[in-house]
Amino acid sequence: MIPASFDYSRPSSLDEALAVLGDAGEEAKVLAGGQSLLPLLRLRLAYPTTLVDVGRVAELRGIADHADHVFIGAMTTHHEVIRSPVVNEHCPLVALATATVADPAVRHRGTFGGSLAHADPAGDLPSVALALDMDLVARSSLGDRIIPAAEFFVDYLEPALEPGEILVGARVPKLGPGWGFHYEKFHRTAQAWATVGVAAAVRRSNGTVEEARVALTNMGPTPVRAVTVEAAVRGVAADRNGSLREAAEQAAEGADPPGDLHAQPDYRAHLARVLTHRALLAACAV
Amino acid sequence: MPRITVKVDGISYEEDVEPRMLLVHFLRDRLGKTGTPIGCDTSNCGSCTVLMDGKSVKSCSVLAVQADESEIVTIEGLSSDGNWHPMQRAFHEEHALQCGYCTPGMILAAIDLLKDDPDPSDDAIRQGLEGNLCRCTGYCNIVRAVRRGAGEMGVTTR
Repeated sequence: MIPASFDYSRPSSLDEALAVLGDAGEEAKVLAGGQSLLPLLRLRLAYPTTLVDVGRVAELRGIADHADHVFIGAMTTHHEVIRSPVVNEHCPLVALATATVADPAVRHRGTFGGSLAHADPAGDLPSVALALDMDLVARSSLGDRIIPAAEFFVDYLEPALEPGEILVGARVPKLGPGWGFHYEKFHRTAQAWATVGVAAAVRRSNGTVEEARVALTNMGPTPVRAVTVEAAVRGVAADRNGSLREAAEQAAEGADPPGDLHAQPDYRAHLARVLTHRALLAACAV
Repeated sequence: MPRITVKVDGISYEEDVEPRMLLVHFLRDRLGKTGTPIGCDTSNCGSCTVLMDGKSVKSCSVLAVQADESEIVTIEGLSSDGNWHPMQRAFHEEHALQCGYCTPGMILAAIDLLKDDPDPSDDAIRQGLEGNLCRCTGYCNIVRAVRRGAGEMGVTTR
């Protein structure tokens, strides 16, 4: 299948990209790795007038280690994220989830920022961004704007980016010692989207859960924090004696899971409970 | 219309392309490289996998303009002086294909996998080929072939 016609621009700097995007109007799209956008164009589900290809904007690429956070540039590929020693040391949940994205060929082209800006609730990184309380950095001709992950995912495929803004990357907080992480994903085939996924970060002390962050993939039009689970799991024993299972029973509360070819809403709710339990066990390393 | 310069299987080409032209259409329709098949057209099957600057990509999910200034290797660029690449030979010898449609993508994905892991376990081979679907063989012979190809490539490079 062949996409509909569009104009194409390939700026070599971020300033140039912002200028081109500003001139191109509201129907322009930023092309990152293209692993979500090109399939949509091929199926003619999207008709951008202009694609602004930021593939050669070097400023958008790379990973920087700061005192209290790691900055991951938007055009850093999944392949690069998985292999980054800094990411693996300070934000392993990002590496764990990224390693489950599609397949090696897609991870060679697909990018960290592209996955977030696409705002697909079935994507793996949006729920991770939410669980880790990442700060997303968007740039426009007016300067930088910091958007907390909790405000970034507005609706299905709708990020809180204004026309003329480009996502330049995300600040991933370093959570420090005592935290355990896991990303649990259920999908029909290796390279398929998550039917449901669970991103979990748990801080333990003396065998007890002190604090937990749990976010769900594909359980609504946006990724959702399982706040009921987070409250229920606080203070319980981090073991296999049932209290983690009991907390996980509330995983689907407040979620609005979609029904599609792969699963009906009630089945997704069931998966959310089972996978949350598994994710909590793994994050507690028990 | 943008002009791109791209090296494909060792030969440089300079071509004007429509921005919407997919790399796989460029390879097949413009250059006649029909060894790269279109399988699913939905980014699922991996049949159209080629190496772009040494890394496996699905050529149905890359625009030809994005391949500007890059080097592409297709299945047609693997043999040299009439001799098959060791991985091609291994697929033949282990009967790792029936209809053959997925084979070019499988072989290129396998060669890419070995760059990171020259002596992969069966599990690593299966994970490395996750994006490539075969509807005939059930994968057992493919895994065997990749292992054999890895062994032969190791011998030739040592």
